[in-house]
Amino acid sequence: MSGRTNILTKKLKVINVGIETFADELRKQGVEVVRVDWRPPAVDEKLLELMDEL
Amino acid sequence: MAVKVVVKKSTYRDSITLMKISDELTKLNGVSQAASVMATDLNKKLLEDVGFIGRDIEAAGPDDLLIGIQAKDSATLEKALSEAEKLLSSQEIVVASEVLPRTLDSALKTMPDANLAVISVPGNFAKREAMKALENGLNVFLFSSNVAIEDEIELKALAKRKHLLMMGPDCGTAIINGVVLGFGNVVRRGSIGLVSASGTGLQQVSTLVHREGLGISQAIGTGGNDLHEEIRGITMLEGIRLLDDDDNTRAIVLISKPPGPKTTKEILRVAEDCRKPVVVNFLGITTHDGRAQNWHAASTLEEAVKIACEIVDKTRRRELGFRGSKPMETVAKSERSKLSRSQKYVRGLFSGGTLCYETQVVLSTLTGDVFSNTPLKTESRIGGMEPSRGHTCIDMGSEEFVVGRAHPMIDFSLRKRRILKEAEDPEAAVILLDVVLGYGANPDPAGELVPSIIQAKEIAKKKGRFLSVVASVVGTPDDPQNMMKQEAELRKAGVIIMPSNAQASRIAGMIATGEGSGATGSK
Repeated sequence: MSGRTNILTKKLKVINVGIETFADELRKQGVEVVRVDWRPPAVDEKLLELMDEL
Repeated sequence: MAVKVVVKKSTYRDSITLMKISDELTKLNGVSQAASVMATDLNKKLLEDVGFIGRDIEAAGPDDLLIGIQAKDSATLEKALSEAEKLLSSQEIVVASEVLPRTLDSALKTMPDANLAVISVPGNFAKREAMKALENGLNVFLFSSNVAIEDEIELKALAKRKHLLMMGPDCGTAIINGVVLGFGNVVRRGSIGLVSASGTGLQQVSTLVHREGLGISQAIGTGGNDLHEEIRGITMLEGIRLLDDDDNTRAIVLISKPPGPKTTKEILRVAEDCRKPVVVNFLGITTHDGRAQNWHAASTLEEAVKIACEIVDKTRRRELGFRGSKPMETVAKSERSKLSRSQKYVRGLFSGGTLCYETQVVLSTLTGDVFSNTPLKTESRIGGMEPSRGHTCIDMGSEEFVVGRAHPMIDFSLRKRRILKEAEDPEAAVILLDVVLGYGANPDPAGELVPSIIQAKEIAKKKGRFLSVVASVVGTPDDPQNMMKQEAELRKAGVIIMPSNAQASRIAGMIATGEGSGATGSK
């Protein structure tokens, strides 16, 4: 498994995108978490995908 | 009756927060229906289905928040709306006290060595966020559901190329390096590794291993669709390989409802090549071609636990069974003796889909066919909202129940209503329940259920009947809800508590039918 990023051998460092409770419960377990204050974009998601491709 | 929908422009709250607000509003006196949701196309359709209609709803966009209330009169409605405002603003204060990055990219600047993204945004935005995470070298736990199969394949193919673990979409739980992600229980660390397509299946197996005094090395969730024939178990196969290479894992347990034939073949081929023993629990599948040496078939979650525990701890044989003060048969016989002649059937009401499925596997050996909204055979299908018929098991976490509402592990209102409905049925003999504890679940399930159970027993009593109630608690003493306390409260209400869902199903079948209990007749 050389070269593989194996999450099972590493201390978890988490970015939480979405439900706030998940970030809180990870912190309660002593995990380092950065919470993204995610909001749905006002534009259609298909348009976003096109913009990503551009 | 007064109905009103209010649109809050450019206001966002996450789904769990909104469900809590909906729940609080529904509890208000005189409010018959309440919903607070983001105005996605799906949510707008749901509001329309329950009778909230209007131009404002049509015009609202996915970044707008909708509050719909139906109340007995306009005064009650206005009161409920002002309560909704209060609840929304109380959430806002918490958010405002933290300065947070707005995107995954900016979060990575704060934590450049992050190695996992936990993503739970609405399904139509989930792929985009997960792609960004994978492209930045992060492993992903994707809780979101309603992600298209072709998007799932694309995400999993990218993860594979980048040697990253992609758990989900539709992944409810995992335990990675001792950390519970999503919904899960506090279990001991140990040497049994799990790869599961089922959230509650993973919870049942991990908690039973804990209760056997052993522990879990890793529990990898694959998401509910991973074993579809189009996806072919990409994450399960990756999970098996990771655990085979993991020094702390000595036995691997695979958990899923039966996959399609091609996927089953591929997974068994990889299991056969493992250096470690593999226990395959594709519920109900017991076939073994006789040539395979390295994998063991388990037909229930409980049997999978027994086999795995015996592999890693050879000091004793394990009898995962009834641990009450009286033998199982005596308890079943005593309950059965109190039933009336008309009472013949088990009515299982579940928050866990896989537990509902396991019950059918166990129960059908005693009772024959079982009706369900997730049946073993297509001819036994009934709608979840339809009245029960014969032996019936309902997965109350299925889509028809959870639209615009929290999962039944959190929100017990529909299950409580159904318990009372079953109590009215002169043919109902036993109500069978699963009670799931752990992170993310309701803080006091027994507190929710006990009043309804007492009321159900009273309804039956008034009609001259006795209603038996059987439950199993999926949890450990270390869970936030305290398993011992939960079990004690349920017992006090006359509930028979069994140590596993399989055992609860077995005793429920024995009580209803007399099969296997040595008791054949009822009064």
